[in-house]
Amino acid sequence: MLDLEGLHFRAAFFQALRSFFVRQQFLEVDTPIRQPLLLPELNIEPLASEDWFLQASPELCMKRLLAAGCSRIFQLCNCFRKGERGRLHLEEFTMLEWYRVNSGYEDLMVDCEALVSSLLADLGTMSLCACSDGGLLVDAGHQWPGVVIAKDGSGATARQQGPALVPASSGGSGARFISLQTPWDRLSVHEAFARYSPVALEQALAADTFDEILVEYVEPRLGMDRPLFLYDYPVALGSLARRKDRAPQLVERFELYINGIELANGFSELTDSQEQRQRFARELELMAAERRRRSLMPERFLQELAGLERAAGIALGVDRLLMLLMGKNSIGEVVSFTPADF
Amino acid sequence: MYTAADLRKGLKVQVDGAPYLVTDFEFSKPGKGQALYRCKMRNMITGNQLVQTYRSNDKFEKPELEERKMQYLYCQGEDYHFMDTGNYEQIVIDKEHLGDSINYMIDNMEMEVLFFQDKPIDVSLPMFVNLQVTQADPWAKGDTSGSDSKPVTVETGYVLQVPPFVEEGDRIQIDTRTGAYVTRVKE
Repeated sequence: MLDLEGLHFRAAFFQALRSFFVRQQFLEVDTPIRQPLLLPELNIEPLASEDWFLQASPELCMKRLLAAGCSRIFQLCNCFRKGERGRLHLEEFTMLEWYRVNSGYEDLMVDCEALVSSLLADLGTMSLCACSDGGLLVDAGHQWPGVVIAKDGSGATARQQGPALVPASSGGSGARFISLQTPWDRLSVHEAFARYSPVALEQALAADTFDEILVEYVEPRLGMDRPLFLYDYPVALGSLARRKDRAPQLVERFELYINGIELANGFSELTDSQEQRQRFARELELMAAERRRRSLMPERFLQELAGLERAAGIALGVDRLLMLLMGKNSIGEVVSFTPADF
Repeated sequence: MYTAADLRKGLKVQVDGAPYLVTDFEFSKPGKGQALYRCKMRNMITGNQLVQTYRSNDKFEKPELEERKMQYLYCQGEDYHFMDTGNYEQIVIDKEHLGDSINYMIDNMEMEVLFFQDKPIDVSLPMFVNLQVTQADPWAKGDTSGSDSKPVTVETGYVLQVPPFVEEGDRIQIDTRTGAYVTRVKE
């Protein structure tokens, strides 16, 4: 359970997220959490609610709103994914999604940089941010703020009383400083595998070990000095993302990493409804083959998608970002209640 | 049958025909990727460690484990004889399987014996045992050598460090997890 100080910080954080998007002329929307049909995604297990589902993401509704004429929208909402539990997973968690027309995934990367800079400006004056062992550090000596990761990764909770500005040297022995100075690093999936994986990307895909290698060898190296965008995924790993014009075996998808933790997933939207139908068909086939569950083709979504031109959208795990800023080691420590609190 | 989704710290599963205890567990799921269950496990027979990543569809047998209350009777060479206090059945466990436990076992002591597929694989001793000191150098009063401990031998043959005032014939309490002296007991 979050303490009073934590509740205040979380509230200020939500406020700061909203004011960024409002300033950028995004329209806040709220779409139904409970829906009769979800987008077919092999690796997301939905939570049922009667014969409907709790949303795994607001993506479907938000793209329909784009197709209906919205140009910039954002939503802060709770999402549900069955069976996900752990240090970085809760079955119910907080998602921030935003979508923009006439944009590509590069624009979303710039949005991420601007969003975090804006958050720091808004939150940097809260004394709660300044802590010696972990969390957000706004330092008079550093031109740019950053986050401190405690030596044991635990982001200890000892907090400095008094002014928000503390010298970087108080980061404690062995603590790491991750600068949030922009622009952040950008690394292609191909290059990341060449650099960190024992086997090349093509081999990992052929052997069906992409996920294992990503988790074991690649992710722990990403965003350790400054945030990093991992970009350009193989087409099989982005069923709703647009193909790259000059490399059609890849899609314009990226993930944002800070301290080895995946924070956001964004892509240039696939707006060709014919191709989207084929990708969904493949996903549905795999789902049926794994006998996990049956799902249906989202016909109405595909119909409306045909009216959408160039667009891009992103989902960001709000609790994970808050965890980094608060110097905590698990997302259960930054939400008001976890299943264990009942 | 367990599935990967059941994995958690402390769970006992069967892998390649051997019982394993999960000692460390982490759930991960790369964006749009599949759920991965990363485990560190200890083989409950050999003590060897296994690090393994599982997927949702992986399944595990429940190891056939049973704990039985038994009394240690006596030892003959390398063979240690035990009796089930419920049905009086007698079994033999060899010295090698008992490891350090033999340091704390005296005749007629009761303990839990863990069986895997009807074969004994481990004994769990009481956390503390009281044993008699059978050999100790006398404590020279006024000894100023500065040493604050001395070695003694207890009835099982085990040698440990104790404070200088412990004498031959005393009964002392020993922590079976660490093998260390706890206190002198009066009985």
